[in-house]
Amino acid sequence: MQDLGISILFKGVNFQRLMGGLWVTLRLALITIGLSCLFGLLFGMLMLSRRKIAHIFCRIWLEIVRFMPQLVLLYIVYFGFARLFGWDLDGETSAVIVFTFWGTAEMGDLIRGALTSIPRHQTESAAALGLKKSQIYLHVLIPQTMRRLLPQAINLSTRIIKTTALVKMINVTEVLKVGQQIIGQFYRQPDAAFWVYFVIFLLYFLVCWPFSLLARRLEKRWA
Amino acid sequence: MSDTILRVENIYKSFDGTGVLRGVSMEIREGEVVVIVGPSGCGKSTLLRCVNGLETIDSGSIFLREEKISGRTKDLHLVRQKIGMVFQSYDLFPHMKVMDNLLLGPTKALGRPRAEAEKEALEMLERVGLREKAYALPRTLSGGQKQRVALVRAMLMRPEILLLDEITAALDPEMVSEVLNVVIDLARSGMTMAIVTHEMRFAEAVADRVLFLEDGVVLEEGRPEEFFHAPKTERAQRFLQSFTYASKREA
Repeated sequence: MQDLGISILFKGVNFQRLMGGLWVTLRLALITIGLSCLFGLLFGMLMLSRRKIAHIFCRIWLEIVRFMPQLVLLYIVYFGFARLFGWDLDGETSAVIVFTFWGTAEMGDLIRGALTSIPRHQTESAAALGLKKSQIYLHVLIPQTMRRLLPQAINLSTRIIKTTALVKMINVTEVLKVGQQIIGQFYRQPDAAFWVYFVIFLLYFLVCWPFSLLARRLEKRWA
Repeated sequence: MSDTILRVENIYKSFDGTGVLRGVSMEIREGEVVVIVGPSGCGKSTLLRCVNGLETIDSGSIFLREEKISGRTKDLHLVRQKIGMVFQSYDLFPHMKVMDNLLLGPTKALGRPRAEAEKEALEMLERVGLREKAYALPRTLSGGQKQRVALVRAMLMRPEILLLDEITAALDPEMVSEVLNVVIDLARSGMTMAIVTHEMRFAEAVADRVLFLEDGVVLEEGRPEEFFHAPKTERAQRFLQSFTYASKREA
């Protein structure tokens, strides 16, 4: 009699391998999210700049990111750049570049929206108190922007986490790829695929769920 | 003879080619309360906004204690530290408690020690009847309470002059007097103020001098009892009449 499919997860080092894959996913997502927040802040401020050229530049960037499938962007950087410029980027680096390119524009647009949603008289009354521009940003504008931004930024972050699954197409062995390898080894077990993907589903859920809980709590607290 | 705090000399300001201020001059002496009235769009608010540099002026000059403050772009915040301003909209910072709103200026802009500033803030809150709201969030306050806090916040900067830009215009009628009484209290304590308002009875009560502005020029200037009861210009008469109603039982 055959084992239940789920038991293959606990055979040998399968579970550790899956967790290893999850760590690759998470590492990729966290680096991307961190860089996207950083560059997104610059992007958002650039979008609000009075220089028209900066505005057009950001607009084009944002549109590219919106209509190009992330997978195409990954192929362009991973395969295209190697051919074109002779850059031999490994999969993970390519992925960080592409996802940061995407995340920066999306995060920047969120930051722009949050910044512009703060009424002008907030800036004016802070200025009337004799605060310097940097102090107005630090004490008045950024804290309020953060409150408006966080729920949406968290939402974007979970999207980034999910989208990292694409990197298996450019030879990065993240959690999904590990799962497929395990399924491949146990091809005689007909229900292996179901259980492995089910566990991967659970893992994604466990990673993303705390984020959305946090978003909901913050939204309530700051409403 | 008391010192001149603020001197505005022949200032011009236009928005998109429309002249809003067309040669306005005024002088405010220490401890004096000047009320600026006039129909909407006459440039009253713009005048106040030019004084603390929220708008730049096209020509003319503004002096604070004989120091020229107009036309400067560097260190404008140092000038604003000496000029308090309260606006029409509730402009408290919604993410900070009342106390943090009050201490932001004194501690960050002036660099005063927090404990000392907090003590003074509590005294001021007591004076305006809001001691128990010191650690509340602004959203739990009524409009009138918010404006009283905004007044305290401006006063804690110990400004040379306080500019009030229609601070009761957005309030429900029953809250107007609680705010204006604070202003009268400040006037009694010798605070120098320039006040833009539509509350004529308040204007008469608080003003040392009234400026009537229309179409960007000062049409009439005088003591409140003269201006409100015997205005010299026909336009001021018409303006003041717009605040009274004919009774349906007359005529």
